[in-house]
Amino acid sequence: MKVLVAVKRVVDFNVKVRVKADNTGVDLTSVKMSLNPFCEIAVEEAVRLKEKGVASEIVVVSVGPATAQEQLRTALALGADRAVLVESNDELNSLAVAKLLKAVVDKEQPQLVILGKQAIDSDNNQTGQMLAALTGFAQGTFASKVEVAGDKVNVTREIDGGLQTLALNLPAVITTDLRLNEPRYASLPNIMKAKKKPLETVTPEALGVSTASTSKILKVEAPAARSAGIKVKSVAELVEKLKNEAKVI
Amino acid sequence: MTILVIAEHENGAVAPATLNTVAAAAKIGGDIHVLVAGQNVGGVAEAAAKIAGVAKVLVADNAAYANLLPENVAPLVAELGKGYSHVLAPATSNGKNILPRVAAQLDVDQISEIISVESADTFKRPIYAGNAIATVQSNAAVKVITVRATGFDAVAAEGGSAAVEAVAAVHNAGTSAFVGEELAKSDRPELTAAKIVVSGGRGMQNGDNFKHLYALADKLGAAVGASRAAVDAGFVPNDMQVGQTGKIVAPQLYIAVGISGAIQHLAGMKDSKVIVAINKDEEAPIFQVADYGLVADLFEAVPELEKLV
Repeated sequence: MKVLVAVKRVVDFNVKVRVKADNTGVDLTSVKMSLNPFCEIAVEEAVRLKEKGVASEIVVVSVGPATAQEQLRTALALGADRAVLVESNDELNSLAVAKLLKAVVDKEQPQLVILGKQAIDSDNNQTGQMLAALTGFAQGTFASKVEVAGDKVNVTREIDGGLQTLALNLPAVITTDLRLNEPRYASLPNIMKAKKKPLETVTPEALGVSTASTSKILKVEAPAARSAGIKVKSVAELVEKLKNEAKVI
Repeated sequence: MTILVIAEHENGAVAPATLNTVAAAAKIGGDIHVLVAGQNVGGVAEAAAKIAGVAKVLVADNAAYANLLPENVAPLVAELGKGYSHVLAPATSNGKNILPRVAAQLDVDQISEIISVESADTFKRPIYAGNAIATVQSNAAVKVITVRATGFDAVAAEGGSAAVEAVAAVHNAGTSAFVGEELAKSDRPELTAAKIVVSGGRGMQNGDNFKHLYALADKLGAAVGASRAAVDAGFVPNDMQVGQTGKIVAPQLYIAVGISGAIQHLAGMKDSKVIVAINKDEEAPIFQVADYGLVADLFEAVPELEKLV
């Protein structure tokens, strides 16, 4: 079966971002960008399904600027077969991205769509669920285990109190949680081979999708800084402070 | 304005996060209705009717809504939601699972994990793992929002007397089925609702050593959490993880033991009132956010702390 994986170019998770002085957003000029960590897990899961003989083809798709080609090439180097970039320089909301992905799903007809559970920039945790709603597919969010069995997929999900297992009819949408797998590194020969793999570029207009949104960001501020703390010398001093100064125990 | 709040419930009781979500709804202003969806949830609906400030409780009690499968519950919420100005759910795993599906069916953007209400259409929410706070305005006909429980003080669970009304609509997509679940057993308070949280990181070295934290937690009446490093190393189950990808907590007191303080962990606990760090590395980033820091070997400090509190 065909697997579609959606990936996002985001600021690298190790970068401590700074808010712009004019409060219009965070400063992303000359900051290292990477594949969103949850998307990496999604690519890895698709590649493992292919290695098990479950998946026959992996198509990786990204919605973003032309530079997102770098992240698509990374996914190709990790084992995806071909890539689609929906090129847009606008900051798109999750619903707009889900609508664009729906258009790609309609065209590609995958049996399984895998996304990360959230992007570490917007922290929205919406796109997979929205795509499932638009396509009418079942959803297996926050997956820590995925097993395809015939025309169904069993998904073990991380929920607040522990784990839950669902059986979903295919086609289905799955979003990955951290513990689903440990992504591999791309080897140098695979990075070279990835340069020759097909990468198609389309636009939202060509897909006939409106990216209008019902919300806008008015302002982005730095969080309130915590006042500097003190170092105590002993456990006895710590207990004394907690009892008499902070009064929390 | 009338606001629909989706109740979170477990084991036949209203979950605490529902009370924080009703508090957010009260800040928006207007009548508050609560939807209780599930199977055999009559008791939950009665409890929801007692929540202070709730005007009406809608109860959708049907086998199709058991285990809150989003394929069945989202169409119900979207159908009901059309008559409301706002649809709110707590940012629990159920809320996060169901609400974006509702938003897409209503063709509106969702605003995730708000931490404050500025006005009926403007909200604040953290982005970039809590390293920036965005003020977001919505012009959607129905504003679909998840609420970060730790951002709002819970309303009283008693004192209200709302009418309970049954919802007859049954949506059953038949595309998904519940197979089973495996819940972690714990006698300690729930992590996100605890007043005190004691968390361990990679410095604990192994799962057995968490017994020191359990002993301390039991003495303090605290919940026990963990960093991603401790979970990934297999010391403790993953539902104990505090962080951007785990649970968000904001207790009165957070004690971080053997935790370095990576960005992703801080995103889950830096709104705690008082933070204590115990770490033998005095350069650890956790000390930059800690109100009280103790540079010490945790295997000596934690048992001593347990004796003294």
